[in-house]
This record gives sequence, C-alpha cells and structure tokens, in this order.
Amino acid sequence: MSSNLDQLYRRVIMDHYKNPRNKGSIEDGALTIDMNNPTCGDRIHLTLQVEDGKIQNAKFDGEGCSISMASASMMTQAVKGKSVEEALQLSSTFSEMMLGKDYDDSLDLEDIESLSGVSQFPARIKCATLAWKAMEKGVSEEKE
Amino acid sequence: MLNTKEIRSYFPILNQEINGHPLVYLDNGATSQKPIQVIEAIKKYYEFENANVHRGVHTLGNRATDSYEGAREKVRKFINAKSTKEVIFTRGTTTAINMVAQSYGQANLKEGDEIVITHMEHHSNIIPWQQLAKRTGAVLKYIDLEADGTLSLEKVRETITNQTKIVSIVYVSNVLGTMNPIKEITQIAHEHGAVMVVDGAQAAPHLKLDVQALDCDFLAFSGHKMCGPTGIGVLYGKEALLDKMEPVEFGGEMIDFVGLYDSTWKELPWKFEGGTPIIAGAIGLGAAIDFLEEIGLDEIEKHEHELAAYAMERMSTIEGLTIYGPVDPAKRAGIVTFNLDDVHPHDVATVLDMSGIAVRAGHHCAQPLMKWLQCVATARASFYIYNSEEDLDRLVTGLLSAKEYFNDVF
Ligand SMILES: Cc1ncc(COP(=O)(O)O)c(C=O)c1O
Repeated sequence: MSSNLDQLYRRVIMDHYKNPRNKGSIEDGALTIDMNNPTCGDRIHLTLQVEDGKIQNAKFDGEGCSISMASASMMTQAVKGKSVEEALQLSSTFSEMMLGKDYDDSLDLEDIESLSGVSQFPARIKCATLAWKAMEKGVSEEKE
Repeated sequence: MLNTKEIRSYFPILNQEINGHPLVYLDNGATSQKPIQVIEAIKKYYEFENANVHRGVHTLGNRATDSYEGAREKVRKFINAKSTKEVIFTRGTTTAINMVAQSYGQANLKEGDEIVITHMEHHSNIIPWQQLAKRTGAVLKYIDLEADGTLSLEKVRETITNQTKIVSIVYVSNVLGTMNPIKEITQIAHEHGAVMVVDGAQAAPHLKLDVQALDCDFLAFSGHKMCGPTGIGVLYGKEALLDKMEPVEFGGEMIDFVGLYDSTWKELPWKFEGGTPIIAGAIGLGAAIDFLEEIGLDEIEKHEHELAAYAMERMSTIEGLTIYGPVDPAKRAGIVTFNLDDVHPHDVATVLDMSGIAVRAGHHCAQPLMKWLQCVATARASFYIYNSEEDLDRLVTGLLSAKEYFNDVF
C-alpha cells in the first residue's frame, strides 16, 4: 500500500502542507479571488498583487486536503516575481502534468514537480488544480 | 446478523479486487449496489417485454403496461399506501421534493407563510424550499439540532406555528445517521394545519415504511439507494392532496382530452407522469422491493443497528477519531460519519481506497449541516445488507494505517 501512496504523498508535498508558504492575505489594493470545490468543500482565498504585468506578491488562505493546500502553497511560491504571461504558461504546464501528458520540462518547476503523481489519482486532480484556477481567474480579471 | 455471505453472492460487483485488495464497499449512503435479481429483471424487460405503456393494442404493449403497473403495486405495498393512485414514479428523491414545492407549494403559500426544515437536511430538501420561499415571499425556518445531532420535540413545537404551511424533514440523516421521530413531528405539523413532507431517501433502504402509520402527507425516496437502478424514485402523496394539485410537467401520457387551447388531465397517478415513463427503472425498483422484502426490512434494520454499534465500538478505540451524530447506536441507521485527527477526509479516503475500501469524503450534499458541525468536510462509512463485521474490521485496520502513514510523513 505505502509504495503507491508514496507516489501521491511525496515528502515535499507534506512539507508544504505542514508549513505552507505565503499563507495569509495581502491587505490593500490586491486582487482577491475566492474559489471552492463544490463537490468536496475545499476552499481557497487568494490575493495577488499585480503591477506592470508582474505578480509582485501572492498569498493564500483556505481549508482543504493536503493536496489542495500544498498545491496552493507551491503555486504562490512559483508565480511570485513572475510576469503574468509566465505564470499562465506555468499553469498550462501544470494542467498537462495533471492530465498525465508530457509536459514542457524546460521550465523550472521546482517543488511543483512533486505533484506529478496526482495524475494517477483521478479523484484528486481537482484538489491540485484549485489554486491554479484561482490564479488564472485573478490575472484574467486584471487584464480586462 | 444477516447471512451476509449468501447476500453478497447476489452482487456480482462486490466480487472483485480494488487496488489489489478485495472490495469493501462502504459508500451505500451515496448509492447501493445492485443484486443479480434486479439486473435480470431489467434485462428480461428489454428482451421480452419492451414497448411503450398505456398505448399499444399489441401484446408487448400490454406486457410492458402490466409490468410497469405491477411495479407500482409493489411500491404501494412496500410503503403501505392506501391506493396506487398515491404512488407517482419520479426520477428520484430530488425530483419528488421539487414536485411538491412547485405544485403544492406554489399553489398554497403566500407572503408571510412559513416553511419549516432542519439543519440536517440534504441539499435536495433545502434548495427547493429556498426557491419556493423566494417566489412566494414565504419564510424558511430551521429547527435547531441538539448537541448529539438529534431533534427534540420541544424545539419542533417551538418552531412550527399557525403560520407554518409546510414541514419537510429527513427521516434518516445521510450524515449523522439520526432517525427522526417523524410520526410525532407529523402530528405537531397537523395540529397547526401544515402538511408534512418526508425525505425518505435514507429510510426506504433501511427500515419498514408505513405512510398510514406515520400519517405524513408526502414521502419521497430513490430507487438507487435500495438495490434498484438509478433514474427511478417515488413521490407518495395523500390522494386528497394530489387530487387538488396541478401537474408539473405537461405532454403525452398525462392528458385526458386535448383541445386547441385547453386540455384536461388523466386521473391519478398518471396526471403527474408526463411523457414516456421510466418503465425499465420502475420494473427494476419492483424487483429490488421483492429482493429486500425476501430478506425482511425489520431484519435489515436490525442488521444495521448491529453494524453501527460494532463500528462505533471499534472505531472509538482509535485515538484521535471523532464520530458525529447520536452516541446511542439504537438511534441511528448504519451510517457513521467521522474525522481522524487533522488528517483531511480526502486523504483518509484515498488511503482507504488503496486498501480496497470505498468510503465517502466531503460535505455529503449537506453544507448547512457541515457548518453546524463546524467542519469543512467529513468522511462517511455507510453500511448495507452485504456488509459484515469483517468489513468493519478492515475499515478499522485501514484507518489505523492511515493514521500511522500520516503521522510518519508529517
Ligand atoms: C437524505 C437524502 N435526501 C435526498 C437525497 C437525494 O437523492 P437523489 O440524488 O437520488 O435524488 C439523498 C441522496 O444522496 C439523501 O441522502
């Protein structure tokens, strides 16, 4: 049992779950996105500070399983300091990874790579993609 | 205890391995598995009887009609209704409750009237009433729960007033397993001139229903939770009420005379069954009723109390495990909802699935109840006739290894 599970619950994921990066909320002038996963109750509150097409800061709050919260932590870490274009590119790479497709490994995915095992657990893919969907929604609202 | 070994042998789906382990199916609250008797009945219908009902002069048409109406009679007996006029086939519990809200509710409620429900309702017994309240200006009121997730008749009495027109309450909670005192609540509702609607989705599979003894005005349930197929359910209503109600769907099958600008309806129950009905589904439900009655509903209820008692006893030995709902297993059906330390229920369910054990994780279509329990999500093990104490031992072993696993990785 454990070896299968270890594909899902990598140590890096558990570390992000236990010690989330960028936890909290950016107070003023930030983009605010609230999203939930209606089938299971996972919930994220994401705040993004976007200036001159660049994500200067990103923070999240929420409740959910280890996969959803670790993914949110990794996402904020990854997009911070990136341009909106780069963040969206990362997001589409992440989607491909979740679908079990070959993904662009020229990008530096760092910790995010540890979530690749989620693609083997179809019921959990939505948990992993919640934070990324919230980020996409936020920056697309910013563009309008 | 039922002879689960024999019962299991009728369920082909249970005879398989999931992730390298024999399947233990504990998600019966969501839907039950189907015995070969039900699968065969549906197959027989399509192989020998299929035709549209109430139409053809030909032999197949008669066979299909006889089987379909035969299933209605089985349902009538199953819930002890006075007449088959009171048994309407629907798509399930959700459709049945919506029919009551749209037809009875829309015609009888006005601004300031009250609809009374509880904090332990499934979304399908909340949202139709929210919508009805919005359309009519009626007020939606909730009966508060006791700390152990039961209803006290005192609070029921406090909440129902002479303004109350509809009371709609779940018989058995799909989260807490609580069995509510429907007969007593119905009496209180009637004292105030309100009609009583019962969500029987989790009751029909597990205990003997008797609409005359309960004296409820409407009862809704689904076939798929009681060994029947998906897509079929029942709305029971007292004839006097149904008689005065307008249909919700209009079209073929439900009409008597159709003119250019006006039409009249068929008699009960057909005026509520517009369009080609769910013929195979009803026949499958009839076969499921035969199957359950062969085992005996009282035996089934007893079996579930015993499983609930055993599960609660075994699970309470797991440190850090919280069980929600009534502490007294005699007050609950075979449903045990729980959380394990701060391991998220999704993670618990994934670990159990890797050992071949199917449980539900999430809010169980009861977000207001989750709020009342002050948790975002829970895990739920729900039992049925084919589950044994050994299945629960497997669950406990699985939970212990989940606990160990997450303690390790943390
Ligand atoms: C208590 C309760 N009410 C209503 C429903 C809805 O039943 P259906 O989805 O079959 O319409 C369910 C099913 O989950 C339930 O458990």
